[in-house]
Amino acid sequence: MRRAAIACLWSHWARHPLQLLTLLAGLALATGLWSAVQAINAEARSSYAEASAQLGTGQFDELRAASGPIPLARYVALRRAGWQLAAVLEGRMPLPGGSVEVMGVDLLAYPALPAVEETSDINGITPADALLAPGLLIARPETARRLRAQVGLPPVTRSQNLPAGVVLTDIGTAEILLNRSAEVSRLLILPDQPAGLAPLADLAPDLMVVPAEGRSELARLTDSFHLNLTAFGLLSFTVGLFIVHGMVGLSFEQRRGMIRTLRALGLPLRDLTWLMLGELLLFALIGGTVGLALGYVVAAALLPDVAATLRGLYGAPVDGDLALQPSWVALGLMMAVAGVFAASAQALWRLSRVPILQVQGQYAWSAQGMPVLAQAGIGALMIGAGFLALAVFDGLVAGFVMLGGLLMGAALLLPPLLTLALRIGSGFSRGPLGAWVWADMRAQLPGLSLALMALLLALAANIGVGTMVSSFRLTFTGWLDQRLASELYVTARDDAQGTEIARWLHSRADAVLPIRSTEVQISDQTVFLYGIVDHPTYRDNWPLIAATPQVWDMVAEGRGALINEQMARRMDLWPGDTVTLLPGWSLPVVGVYSDYGNPTGQAMTALPALLQRVPDLPNTRFGIRVDPAEAGDLRSELADTFALPPQALVPQAAIKASSLAIFEKTFVVTGALNVLTLGVAGFAILTSLLTLWAHRLPQLAPVWALGVRRDTLARLEVLRSVALAVMTAILALPLGLVLAWALLAIINVEAFGWRLPMHLFPLQWLILLLLAVVTAGLAALLPARRMHHLPPSDLLQVFANAR
Amino acid sequence: MRVRVLIFLLMLPLGAAAQGFAGLGTDADGFAVPERGQALAFPRDHGAHPAYRIEWWYVTATLTGADGRDYGIQWTLFRSALAPYELDGWQSPQLWMGHAALTTPDRHFVAERLARGGIGQAGVSADPFEAWIDDWRMAGPGFNMLDLQARGAEFAYDLSLTAQGPLVQHGDRGYSVKSQDGQASYYYSQPNFAVTGTLTLPTGPVALTGNAWLDREWSSQPLSADQNGWDWFSLSFDDGTRLMAFRLRGGRGDFTSGTWIGADGSATPLPDGLIEVVPLDLTGVAGREVPTRWRLTLPDKALSVEIEALNPQAWMATSFPYWEGPVRVTGSHDGKGYLEMTGYD
Repeated sequence: MRRAAIACLWSHWARHPLQLLTLLAGLALATGLWSAVQAINAEARSSYAEASAQLGTGQFDELRAASGPIPLARYVALRRAGWQLAAVLEGRMPLPGGSVEVMGVDLLAYPALPAVEETSDINGITPADALLAPGLLIARPETARRLRAQVGLPPVTRSQNLPAGVVLTDIGTAEILLNRSAEVSRLLILPDQPAGLAPLADLAPDLMVVPAEGRSELARLTDSFHLNLTAFGLLSFTVGLFIVHGMVGLSFEQRRGMIRTLRALGLPLRDLTWLMLGELLLFALIGGTVGLALGYVVAAALLPDVAATLRGLYGAPVDGDLALQPSWVALGLMMAVAGVFAASAQALWRLSRVPILQVQGQYAWSAQGMPVLAQAGIGALMIGAGFLALAVFDGLVAGFVMLGGLLMGAALLLPPLLTLALRIGSGFSRGPLGAWVWADMRAQLPGLSLALMALLLALAANIGVGTMVSSFRLTFTGWLDQRLASELYVTARDDAQGTEIARWLHSRADAVLPIRSTEVQISDQTVFLYGIVDHPTYRDNWPLIAATPQVWDMVAEGRGALINEQMARRMDLWPGDTVTLLPGWSLPVVGVYSDYGNPTGQAMTALPALLQRVPDLPNTRFGIRVDPAEAGDLRSELADTFALPPQALVPQAAIKASSLAIFEKTFVVTGALNVLTLGVAGFAILTSLLTLWAHRLPQLAPVWALGVRRDTLARLEVLRSVALAVMTAILALPLGLVLAWALLAIINVEAFGWRLPMHLFPLQWLILLLLAVVTAGLAALLPARRMHHLPPSDLLQVFANAR
Repeated sequence: MRVRVLIFLLMLPLGAAAQGFAGLGTDADGFAVPERGQALAFPRDHGAHPAYRIEWWYVTATLTGADGRDYGIQWTLFRSALAPYELDGWQSPQLWMGHAALTTPDRHFVAERLARGGIGQAGVSADPFEAWIDDWRMAGPGFNMLDLQARGAEFAYDLSLTAQGPLVQHGDRGYSVKSQDGQASYYYSQPNFAVTGTLTLPTGPVALTGNAWLDREWSSQPLSADQNGWDWFSLSFDDGTRLMAFRLRGGRGDFTSGTWIGADGSATPLPDGLIEVVPLDLTGVAGREVPTRWRLTLPDKALSVEIEALNPQAWMATSFPYWEGPVRVTGSHDGKGYLEMTGYD
């Protein structure tokens, strides 16, 4: 009996291969998008962890200066007081095609690094090579290639045990490469310390201990980015499940007769349920596996851009290569199985209720589960709960809870709203055919509502994300113009050359603006403190988003500090508050400026005031104001006079281009997921229409019998679908705008630390509306074609069947 | 973990082939080589000799605590040069390594420090004398009065050393031959310091007195390629005489040498073959067998003694592991001393 039942169940799929394919495709899409995002996140996270292990960072507490580097003499003094420390000197070294991070460690003191061991074990490098001039650079093969292309660098050896873009070397080699002698960036506090040491607070009150766990700035910054991706993955997953829901519902519906027969022949309900569950599990595994393959392909395609974003935005070391992780496969399959059962719960529940002897009702499958008013109430409640969560809790998760509540609530509200719209619409109908079309749409609505919800979500997400990205692009380009006011940026080899260049430029440029900064620790966070000279370039251009009156006078006199938006938001400092820039030096915050694309905090005040406290501020970087027409000549003249490499002289346009490139890559993933989501929604409409098709004949046959031609009916079929899509799209607009607002005002602030003004792009909406129309039209095309080619005998048969 | 890096740093430069213990048998390209007849000069030669590949300031002390128990301490500063010169800052090719140990009859504490020359973290100045690495320090107005300090995670000591006799130059006025091939080092000692001070154990401080022996040695290739370890004795007998003796174990047989030091500090070199040392008992230490009871005979001086480790487990688990600890001497002469054994792998 059981074997017969299996054969019976299977025969349905054999007769409806398209249905099977759609079900598996929906499942594969849902799993694929979700898994792609997970794979990207997992890859990025494992890159961080690997980098941390490879560089030995994040395991030890560290000592850092309140501002700038630690003098070498301090390190030696602490050593001679007995403290076991390891000195690290870090900095960026410009190279054509992007700078690299040089990490110079005292090889004698630093805890063993895998790259060093590999170098000594496999390559047979001797310490004399590593410790004696010219030294030895260790880097990944890609980075090593770039280093070898340079003239005058020490020999390079390759190691896979290093993050991309990092050059590991002895501190003695690093001080020469970075031109920073007798100073140390940070000191690792080693785990084995002798007994009876004097406390660090007494020995070095000016240095601060940064605990290992408090230093996860990278994790904190990138977490938001990954949460962002996860949310999009989940959205795609949900939309994909709509397809599964539709197909499972359809197959159950079409097999009602078979189920009744099987039950009547004596197959126990329990056996039948188990068989159906087994069938679903099989589909979940097949669809899930295909989805995983799809996800892998999508992730591999997107990862290089994500990696570029993470490197550009956060300096996070992420590889462009994707590695397959077993946990990812397991999780993806689990999601597929869970998704299938969630999407089939309703159908399974109905299966257990199939009356053996009762004849199939007209609205059997698509019967309304919930009264319209109740659904509207729940929808409103969910939206309210989302906003409540945002009001009560802070942070990114609350933001997403709010978005989740808003989207789900709005989706639930959609059918009631559409019903209302159709009711109003039917009031305007003229003639019997018009009245029928409106009424038929209402009748179709329950079966289509899930698909329309999917469309609503996809459209709203598109509008929201599109608005965010476009607003960002607009703001960002404007901001770049303001912020990068100097025509040419130059980096000198050392302070002496810097002074020389400034003197040389004095008569040749309109203005030479020194860019001098030091790293300071404020509230346990690294902040770059800049000293600036008073110049109209700042007064006219600097993008302030909040300021006190006479802000520039205050800054010029060293009586106030400007801070960037990230720092303002993270530390909740705004004009009127006071910020402690250095121990014993506090200034009122007089203004906040926007600083997109920069993960770290920044503060600015008058250069003389800063030099008083930090006399040895490096003096190697300048912005040069000059007639744009002369910038090119000045550049080549500068390069010739001071023998500067090309990367030391960067024209404004080049910086703008590279900034915009990073920006574009930041949203490539979001955009790709967006398009895919809309595709999935279109697919959901198609499956729903196909599901409904079975019920359509009894409703269409009488209309046909009354004299409406089949091609008219087919046209009306498409029209109805498009009309519903248009109504959904119109309702999606306000939802999308609220979503955009939430992304700009809540999610971005949490994820990146800046808030953007919202701009509206009606043309984009129009395109989306067209897209929705095309999607719905295409989805209706298949049923309409069937209608068009339906043999009249089939339509006649409706009347022959006893109902 | 760190040990492997240290081996990378210190072992490999001296030749990838395992020649001799710690690579001491390699060639001396570019490095100065000891020459016979070159008179030592003080205080200059108390300081560092960067032109030579290796050098050490080596103090061992046999001590008796106020609690009546025997103790031993070791304080060693090694210099290992990657190149025969000194530079300022991180560019310095001079590497320094400190070993400190404290031995009780049942415990043995070890600590190690590493540093680069040039930045001031470690070094030696001749006059006034100071040898230091991190907070470990041996210093005084001259070589006769020294303060000696070191500490590890579980122990510390702070001792005052006062010389009771003259410096002793080994071999031919400080030129000490180490193999049949003529490899040699400069080698002198102050074998007779009176010691007072305290040491700190996990159980608390102990006041103590005793006797210390300071060795100074520098060279660029003190061992032959086939010599892979040594047994080295510094013994102070109750009658005031002293003996420095070593056996270098090599593929072509042993090479023994030493110095007999009279109660007045007069030195008699003991050329190869005069001293005979025979291991009597092996002890399992750190996964290997190490002789911790010896018979030493020197017929010339009617000396026949048995030497036994105070604590057979005095293993120095440092970058180059070796055995070093206080010993008791019984037989024709009674006394105390220190034993160092390397190359037992």
